[in-house]
Amino acid sequence: MLSGSKTLTGRALHPGSSSGELLILDQPISFWGGVDHHGVIIDVHHPQCGVSVAGKVLVMTSGRGSSSATAVLAELIRAKKAPAAMIFTECDTILVIGALVSAELYQIQMPMVELSADSYAQIPKSGSVSVEVDSENMIGLMLF
Amino acid sequence: MKKLILTELEQAMLAGEHGPAIAMCMRLIVGVAKANQATRLIEIESAHADGCLYHGIAGLEYTEKLVELGGKVKVRTTTNVSSLDLLHPDLVHADATLATNGRRLMDAHLALGCEATWTCAPYQTGHRPAFGTQIAWAESNAIVFANSVLGARTDRYGDFLDISAAIVGRVPFAGLHTDEGRKAALVLDFSGISRELLEEESAWPAIGALLGDIAESKVAAMIGLPGDLSDGGLTEDRLKGLGATAASSGGVGLFHIVGVTPEAPTLAAVVNAKVETIKISTAQLRASRDRLTTAVGDDLDAVSLGTPHFSLAEFENLAKELEGGDNFSPSIDFYVSTSRGVLERAEALGYAQILKNAGGRIVTDTCTYVTPILNPKIKTVMTNSGKWAWYAPGNLGIEAILGSVKECIASARAGKLVRNDALWF
Repeated sequence: MLSGSKTLTGRALHPGSSSGELLILDQPISFWGGVDHHGVIIDVHHPQCGVSVAGKVLVMTSGRGSSSATAVLAELIRAKKAPAAMIFTECDTILVIGALVSAELYQIQMPMVELSADSYAQIPKSGSVSVEVDSENMIGLMLF
Repeated sequence: MKKLILTELEQAMLAGEHGPAIAMCMRLIVGVAKANQATRLIEIESAHADGCLYHGIAGLEYTEKLVELGGKVKVRTTTNVSSLDLLHPDLVHADATLATNGRRLMDAHLALGCEATWTCAPYQTGHRPAFGTQIAWAESNAIVFANSVLGARTDRYGDFLDISAAIVGRVPFAGLHTDEGRKAALVLDFSGISRELLEEESAWPAIGALLGDIAESKVAAMIGLPGDLSDGGLTEDRLKGLGATAASSGGVGLFHIVGVTPEAPTLAAVVNAKVETIKISTAQLRASRDRLTTAVGDDLDAVSLGTPHFSLAEFENLAKELEGGDNFSPSIDFYVSTSRGVLERAEALGYAQILKNAGGRIVTDTCTYVTPILNPKIKTVMTNSGKWAWYAPGNLGIEAILGSVKECIASARAGKLVRNDALWF
């Protein structure tokens, strides 16, 4: 564990443990049609078009759009171009499936955590963060 | 924490007593059930599989592994669009990897027992679950249509879960499967929009884009939308276009239109407690429509209709508009995407020939914005589809223009953009 100055606790959606730079999305994104196979945002309607999500702790309220987002996320995880972890305020089943499949096929565990709106509002704008999930109790921690 | 309780049979399935394919699928279903805080699974009556469009090795490996382990679907399962057009193979400029792996992915779905429908509009080619039926559908437009227009019940599922649910015949009982999950969390009031504007075809994808923006992944109820428009009412195809766009700009899996969609005879039927009502203005609707046009000026290279796949009713309307008129300008490539099921009927009724005579091309089994079909020189494309307009600029690197079918035809004949904006101001 990092000796963080702050900890936020939420509900674990998928087990795993990782860390990275925070990337807070101003709007949700659909991985299919919204993120290319290098992990770069290509949705022309998105304010962060051109930004890479690879290796980041990606924070967004929920997913958007296409059901193919599962396959795109699983493929990004396989190719090691996926975010390090994902944080939502609302569980996005479509993205959770992508994480479950990558664990099944490739034994790569990408942590996913759902935070309450209050906790979500306390996430700093930038900096690095470690995400750890206690899968026994389905509790997710963000350590800053 | 809510606890998931599995029946004895489900525990045995998870433990591998019904074979390794079922166990693998159960692991995924149980993982999703935990994330969704479901306390049990429910049986489903049908599935629609979205995993047949090739996105890379992961999707192929998952599906082929299920085949290798002896997996078979337990319920009727139709297939979504693929990366290839098997009826018109010359239309798709697939590289060797896409051609090989795209075909392997399709074959794997057939080996699991899926039907070769290859369409994002299975509901318009014979797969129409009854009101209240529990189903596991994937593909964002198919999900929102099944839930909203048919009143069947599916959560927003994606690739992998669709085929896994079909193999175990079960899904987590959560979200849009439950009565509570189908109640509206907000109300959008369109009573301030003129009747004339609502008669415009492009008003409906614009409403969809706005709905997705505002609702994100929540259920919304819409009021003030008339069900009796002059050209046959709030047709299924208009609802299809609205839902597809809402599921692109947002994560909408279900909407209600009071007095129109089957679960919403009254507002009270779909709203629990007091929820926020948002009054929609013409300016807001225009802004949503304008987001679906990225091009500037009146240059045009192509037209693409049929996202989601064109229905027989849309073909009939298109044939009426085209018959006896000028052919398309030779400078315009004109595409219509549809299912092989609808094409067969459109051919029998002569609609397909009328389109071909005018200079149009028909794409089946896939769609013009998910696989390489358009000539790489094409820069600007007009469409009647809010969904196509939403995704194509990112997917294909082209500029999009949204217009009605009539405007698309007029533009294709003129060889440049023809669009009437008067009503929007």
